Parts: sequence; C-alpha cells; structure tokens
Amino acid sequence: MSARGEGWGLRAGVIVVLGVGVIGPIAAGLAQTARAAFGVMPAIGATEPGFAAFAALFAVPGLGSAVRLTLVTGLGATALSVIVALGALPALHGRLSRGRAARWLTPFLATPHAALAIGLAFVLAPSGWIARAVAPFAGFDRPPDIALVGDPWGIALILGLMVKEVPFLLLVGLAALTQIPLTRHLATARALGYPPAAAWLKVVAPQLWPMLRLPVMVVMAYALSTVDMALILGPSTPPVLAVLLARAFFAPDTAMLLPASAGALLQGALVAGALGALWLIERVLARLGRAWLRRGGRGHGIDGLFALGRFVALVLAAIGGLAILALLAWSFAWRWPWPAPLPESWSLRAWIGAGPGLARAAGQTLAIALSTTVLSLALAVAWLEGEDRARLGRAGWAEALVYLPLLVPQIAFLYGLNVLFLRLGLTGGVAAVIWAQALFVFPYVMIALSDPWRALDPALIRAAAALGAGPWRRLVAIKLPVLIAPLLTAAAIGLAVSVAQYLPTLFMGAGRIATLTTEAVTLASASDRRVTGVYATLQAGMPLAAFAAAFVIPAVLHRNRRALRGGGV
Amino acid sequence: MSLDLDALCPRLAGAPLFAPLSLAIAPGTVASVMGPSGVGKSTLIDAIAGHLAPAFTLTGSVTLNGADILARPAESRRVGVVFQDAVLFPHLSVGDNLAFGLSRAVKGRAARRATVEAALEQAGLSGFAARDPASLSGGQRARAALMRSLLADPAALLLDEPFSRLDTALRDEIRAFTFARIRARAIPALMVSHDPADAAAARGPTIRLIPIGDIT
Repeated sequence: MSARGEGWGLRAGVIVVLGVGVIGPIAAGLAQTARAAFGVMPAIGATEPGFAAFAALFAVPGLGSAVRLTLVTGLGATALSVIVALGALPALHGRLSRGRAARWLTPFLATPHAALAIGLAFVLAPSGWIARAVAPFAGFDRPPDIALVGDPWGIALILGLMVKEVPFLLLVGLAALTQIPLTRHLATARALGYPPAAAWLKVVAPQLWPMLRLPVMVVMAYALSTVDMALILGPSTPPVLAVLLARAFFAPDTAMLLPASAGALLQGALVAGALGALWLIERVLARLGRAWLRRGGRGHGIDGLFALGRFVALVLAAIGGLAILALLAWSFAWRWPWPAPLPESWSLRAWIGAGPGLARAAGQTLAIALSTTVLSLALAVAWLEGEDRARLGRAGWAEALVYLPLLVPQIAFLYGLNVLFLRLGLTGGVAAVIWAQALFVFPYVMIALSDPWRALDPALIRAAAALGAGPWRRLVAIKLPVLIAPLLTAAAIGLAVSVAQYLPTLFMGAGRIATLTTEAVTLASASDRRVTGVYATLQAGMPLAAFAAAFVIPAVLHRNRRALRGGGV
Repeated sequence: MSLDLDALCPRLAGAPLFAPLSLAIAPGTVASVMGPSGVGKSTLIDAIAGHLAPAFTLTGSVTLNGADILARPAESRRVGVVFQDAVLFPHLSVGDNLAFGLSRAVKGRAARRATVEAALEQAGLSGFAARDPASLSGGQRARAALMRSLLADPAALLLDEPFSRLDTALRDEIRAFTFARIRARAIPALMVSHDPADAAAARGPTIRLIPIGDIT
C-alpha cells in the first residue's frame, strides 16, 4: 500500500476510534440523561415519559439561587480571567522569553484544580496565612470570624478559578503571539501616534482573539460546571448547580435521579447559552471596537488598565504560590498555634499515618494516569502521522472533534454514560475510569502535540526519504526522536489532566475507585488539615514531577545536540 | 520647521554602529542616508522614531521644529515611519487602516470617512475602502501605507527602504508619488536606502553612513 493510502487508512482508523470512543459515548450519555430527564429510566421503574422530573427539579429548594450562583461564578471567573490575562500578556511577553514564561506558569498549570483549591482554602481560612499575617496589626487574638472560604457570593470560588485559568490563558496567548508580527505592528501603531496599551488593544488583541476563542470557551464551560473546586471553595447552601446535581446523583434516594438528570440537561443548556452569549458579545465588541477605531482616538488613559491587569496577575500568582506552599506546610506541620506564621514543630506523622491508604490511592492514580496518557499519546501520534502520510491539513470539523469533550459539561453526559454501562453490565472497573478520563486527556495531548509536530522541519523528512527510509522508519528514527521534548511535554500535560479528574473517576468508578483526587476532595470537607495536606501535596506533586521529567529527560538525552535543546514546555 | 540630527550615534554595548551623524533636513526635502546592508540604517530609523531595542543606547540629539524629541515616547514624537513592507494591519480593511492612522483632529464620522476617501483617491485607490489589504498589489500597499502615515499628521517622515520590494517598473511611479506627497505636505523626510537611484530621485542631501571599522 502507498504511504498516502496508508495515511488515509491510519486517519480513518483514528476517526473510527474517536467516533466509537469519544463522540459515540458523549452522544449516548447525553441521550440517556435526556431520557431520564423526561421520565424514562427502567432501572428504577420509571417508564412513563413526561415533564415530572423537570417539575421536581424546579421544586428543589434553592435551585434558583444555585443557577444564579453558577452564572455569577462561572461567567465572572471567565470574564475576569480573560481581562487579566489580556492585561498581563504584554508585560509577560516583553519581559520573559517564551520558554522562561512557560516554566514560571508550569506549576500553576500542573497543580490539579482540587489541590489548588484545598491550598487556597488553607490560605483564605480564618486561621490561614492571610489572617495570620494581619493578626498582629488587626489585633486578632484568635482566628477572626470571617468566612472567606465558601462565602455565599462565591468570591473564593471565582478566585480559585482565576488562579487556575489565568496561567492557562497566558500560556495559550504567548503561543498565539508568535503567529503575529508583533514588533512591526506595534512599531507601526506607535509611529501613528498610539501609546503601547492602545496599540495592543486596537492592533494586537483583535488578531489574538481568533486564536484564544476556543481556549476561552473551554475555560467558560469548565468554570460553569466544575464540581471539585466548587465543593471545596464554593458555598454549600445552596451550592452551584453542578454540586447540587452531583449530590442528587449520589443521594441514597433513587427518586432523585430523574430530577438530577433534568438538572444535568439544564447544566448543558446553561453552558450552551453561555457559549451563545460569548458569540454574541464577540460580535457586539467587534462592532463597537471598529467604531472606536474609526474615531481615531489615541487612547491615552488606558495604560493604567494594563498596569492593573499586570498587578492582579501578580497577586493571583502570589496567592497560587502560597496555596501550593500551604499544602506542603500543613502536610508536615505538627503543632501550629495561632498566630505563628509557620508551624512550631514539624512531623512526618501525617504522612506515615496516611500510609497504606495513601499508597493505594497513589498507585491507583499513577496506574490510571499512565494508561490514559499512553493511550491518548498513541492516538494523537496516529492522528498526526495519518495527516502527514495522507498529506492532509486539519479540517475544521476535526478541530471541533478534538475540543468537543472539553466543551460539553461532564455532568451532562457522565451519569447517562454510567447508566448505559450498567445496562451493558460493565460496572465500575478501572478500565471504565481509564476510558472516561481519556475522553478529557486526549484533547489536551492532541492540542499540545499538534503545533510542534507540524513545525518539524520537512527537509529532515525529505532527506530521510531520499536516503531510502520508508514512512515507518521516518516516524521511528526521525520524527519521534526529534520530537521527544514536545512528546514528553504532551505526556506530562496528559498525566496532569488525568490526575486532576474528579467526576469521571467518581461516576465511572461507581465510587469504588479511590484516586488521590477523589480522596483529597472527600477529606477537604471534613477532617484533619494535615491528612488533607498530605493527599493534596502528593496529588500536586505527581504532575509536577512529570513536568520536571519532561524538562530534564530531553535535556540529558540531547546534551550534545544543540539544535534540539529547546526551551522545554 | 526642520528635522535636525546632531552627532547622532546608536551604540550597542557602548560601541558605536557608525560614525556620528549630523544632518539638517529642511521642510519638503527628502534626505537620503545610504550605506551597505548591516551598517545600521534601520537602527537609525528606530532611533529617530523611538523604537530602539533596549540593548542599544543613543548619543547625540534629534530636534524636530526646534524641540528635542529623544526623551519622548515613540507615539508622542510626531514622526511617521513607512516600512519596507508597508505593514498594513491584516485584521482591518484598507479604509480602516487609513482611519486608524487619521489624526483625532478630524472629528465626526462623516468628516473622517470623507477624509479617508479623499486620501484613497489621491493614492489611486478609490473604492478600495472595504478591501482586504491582503488583496492589494505591492504598489497599492505602498501607497496605502504612505497615505496612512500622512493622515496621522506627522511633523516628519522616515522611509525605511520603502521601494526595495517593488518591481523596477513600479518603483519610479511609487517614488514619484511618495516624494510629491512629502513636498506637498512640506515636512522634512529622511530615507534610508541602498539604491543610488532612490537618492538621485529624492534630490535632497545625501549622506553615506561609514561603518565604524572604516573610521580610523
């Protein structure tokens, strides 16, 4: 078979795997959820179609507040994250090389949402570092009675989401900036009389946005439907919609399943509505922006806005850094009296005490993460190699296919999928969890690998072919070794995403598969901070170690190959 | 009303790029600065316009209409720049590129639109307002970029190898157009180029930059 034909075959294979493995399940899960929402769930004896489940859902006390809270926190966190990231991007781009900036952002990207939320809760708590720092000045002789975590307005949740999402948007933004002839455009705008901030806003931002749109949509979908972060940082009565639904799905009373399914559809509708609103806002802003631009104002007062964005980004980085350190400090703390800034005595007791349970959860987490990552990486390489061999570009629909699992709220289809699995007799095994996690790991691996793969110098491949190397040898002997750094980075990202998964593990594992994340989230609500700190530290440590390895291994392998020593991430 | 360079000399890590340059450019004249590639002609443009990379330092002075402009940020110098490859913004239509340049002094939607239309007409680009700049030919791009710079009402204009990317046939036409517009505006202009024909057509003072290695 010709390489071209093989490429088509390879790509067709990948599309079949994705169709059966990704699109099919999401569609089937949504269908099951919808069926239950409209009253049909034979497993619990519900066979009468109707709107009773919706009626029951809307009768749930606090539903209105939950929806409002979801919109405020989800949309608020997304809007603020985008504004702060756009404001901080010029400074970050101007002062740090892309590689260095990426290394600074890595800890925030690598730390799972739950671990960061737990650390943030430690920092914001009445007995946390912030209160301890102001205690001597404010005259607090005991932890103040101020609820900064789980506040009814969702401020802590918004803050937590921002600490996680701003670095993500910054990293995506830095990559996108390389596609714009930035220096020349800025010089041209300034020669026409525009100060730097106005030049960014009028010239750079409109060119940047098309490359940021999908990532912002992902952030939006996540912020509107997060369960783990909202459990730890959000208010509890009422919680955000996704938490309310997760509770209902796991309630002992199976009668709650139908209204919960109706709620899952509502959750999906909220996200769809928000994405639609984003589309509308984009159009309105484009129109207003065009009018603003045509008026020709040189925007002299907006430099301050960028300074504000820079400042907020720095504050977020400081808070995020403190949150990660707080995990570590609590896991080794023994006596930590108020208002000492550091523990009086340190101890390994929490680590040793957590021993067997911790080792089991860590082993389980690592096994699942390695499996999903290897699976996703293999699929991504097959896809990209298929494109190369068939000499195809990426079609728009294929790009959408990659992003799809990140845009549909997890809770809208995971429960339905679980029901489907139960009916097929495939219950709560590790395999189901691996597969459900891969739905979310694959897109990130694919996104991380696509650009470096396509940036590979085609002359290398042509030279290899001219020397008689066939497509397989070109792949194994040239492409994979040359691309080892981006491959390992993609693997580290995949591992980080897998470790962070909460809902898929919970639903597909039927509550029986305990990973560091599920344990940490459970522990966060109740018990000892030291034990929680131990689980969360290890949960954050695993992806960080993976990123460190992705950085060090190529550096060692290529220590005598200057052309291959890139900037890591 | 003139642009005066006095012993202007950009330095990289303290080392001068070329012998200090002194030059007085009267309004409506186009001075030519010639020199081999790599001598720092573009750096000279960056220095006067205010885009010098942080690695460089600058000695000497630049006075525009009697005021020292070196301490001002790029956008406040009123020094327009026409780059070699025009640099039209790809996300804006041709008309909006010009509107972006048009000075704030022209107020009102109708008046601004009329000014842009008039500028397009002068550049032989009537009816091009809604066009994608990517669909323009090299000569059209050069004319649009020049008009955009002039609409910003600069007090001086710098031309960075403005004709080197154009076909020989087109070059004479764009050159004549550019110099005519500058004379009509009666502003001083400085052109850097490596093509003697450019300097000849400019009919202004011509200075050859001397690489620092050749001074002693």
